[in-house]
Amino acid sequence: MGMNRYLFIHELRQNARSLTIWTLAISACMIMCVLLFPEMSSQLDSIGSMFASMGSFSAAFGMDKLNYGSFIGFYAIECGNIMLLGGAMFAALLGVQMLSKEEDQQTAEFLLSQPVSRTAILSSKWLAGLLLLVIFNVLASALMVLSVWAIDEPVPWKDLLLLHGAFACLQVELFCICFCFSAFMRHSVIGLGLGMSIGLYFLQLIANLSDSASWLSFLTPFGYTDTATIITEQALDGQLLLIGAAVSVFSTLLAFVHYSRKDIYA
Amino acid sequence: MKAIFLTDLTKHYGKNRGIERVNLSIEEGEFFGFIGPNGAGKSTTIRILLGLIKATSGHAEVFGHDVWSNHVSCLQSVGYLPSEAHFYASQTVQQALQFAARLHGADCENQTAYLCKQLQLDTTRRVSELSFGNRKKVGIIAAMQHKPKLLILDEPTSGLDPLMQHTFFRLLKEYNEAGTTIFMSSHILSEVQHNCTRAAIIREGQIVACDSVAALMRTHAKKVSVRGVFDKSKLKGVAQVQQLDDVTHFLYQGDISDLLHCLAEANVKDLTISEPNLEDIFLHYYK
Repeated sequence: MGMNRYLFIHELRQNARSLTIWTLAISACMIMCVLLFPEMSSQLDSIGSMFASMGSFSAAFGMDKLNYGSFIGFYAIECGNIMLLGGAMFAALLGVQMLSKEEDQQTAEFLLSQPVSRTAILSSKWLAGLLLLVIFNVLASALMVLSVWAIDEPVPWKDLLLLHGAFACLQVELFCICFCFSAFMRHSVIGLGLGMSIGLYFLQLIANLSDSASWLSFLTPFGYTDTATIITEQALDGQLLLIGAAVSVFSTLLAFVHYSRKDIYA
Repeated sequence: MKAIFLTDLTKHYGKNRGIERVNLSIEEGEFFGFIGPNGAGKSTTIRILLGLIKATSGHAEVFGHDVWSNHVSCLQSVGYLPSEAHFYASQTVQQALQFAARLHGADCENQTAYLCKQLQLDTTRRVSELSFGNRKKVGIIAAMQHKPKLLILDEPTSGLDPLMQHTFFRLLKEYNEAGTTIFMSSHILSEVQHNCTRAAIIREGQIVACDSVAALMRTHAKKVSVRGVFDKSKLKGVAQVQQLDDVTHFLYQGDISDLLHCLAEANVKDLTISEPNLEDIFLHYYK
């Protein structure tokens, strides 16, 4: 695809500050939750049964299926939701600004009048976005493992791998969808990216409420990141992941096709 | 070899007119002026040349390469100065210039340093802190540092003070003498008149005149200013009449002896007859 090394590095630099802030903010929230676990676990037997019996509210967050008293149950509900929503918002923001920011900040004219093909610009930006997500996930997961060690709990490697793997897939999919939006937009549309992530998240909460709404899981990438299902099944839903992969590939291709022939005015 | 070759180049924006069947041929080494007011289609033509927008129909070539399908090869030999230069706000001037040089695959530190010195630009400052004029200088250096074969300049002097304009045109002349083709859009006619060898005038998306600057100036029209009262109703070929107090300015294309005859009968206190400058000719095409 002819990536341009300088553009790739440039894009990483442009997003370095945002990456640092998001990684630190989300990790800090999760670390606080993990560190609270030892104190809470003494009282958790009673809280756990209370949480599990709050009807549809419990169902929405998967608290009817997970044991809140066990570390992984607690982790999946508390840290899982922070990482899920936080990571989704980070990925959406990253994607939705990736191309449109050039036109919004009027740097597109400079960038596109350099002897670099549009395909090279697109692939450099897309790959830089993916690398930023990888760095974000590796750092956040590593900090999680360290904080689990810090409270002397055995590290549930497989569960952590499944959960964080699913979160990473979700982020890639949202990034690709938002990258596609970005190719079509002439202005930065941060609201669109954030709104879409949160909307899709709530769609999954509704899907969890009753069996008659469970088909909604097919419409949202949050379908395969339902922490309760992942922990109880000890696996990711291959069918939903496949839909996710198809959506990601399609969005990316559409972005490439459209942006390669787009008229640039800014 | 032709630096720029446009045949029937047309661009429509939805139903709005962009440019209509523009034909232009510019030889390598020319210093070419592209004249027209705002919205006449100068920037549209330039954007097509740079591959930023796709022409609706027609054909555009830079050094024999199609500007859309072969746009990387075209841009390799082009330096472009936009009318409003924007750079990444977080970069310093030095980083911005280095980034541009790297994207061109050029190693041109000496030339960059030379241009920065000529234009008196401090490279340690952040681009976001710069004034409009200083940002323009960054744009000029980014366009010129890699010694392109073709310089495309879109209203290059806006924002530059007169001393800097002088330095800038001296640099352009230096490049032009070394073989660089210069394509400059402008609505400041004196700078085209003083610097360009050939020029085209664009009006409402169409080229209305294209010739050497000397030939464009060589019209039969005279610029006449008369102080006093006289009856010009009998004269034929009077255009662009401007009445300021008791002074009448106009462009005269008729018979000189008719003019003298008419003036002899009137009560004239003062009179100048001069060659029109490019400004007047331009107005003539825009009448």
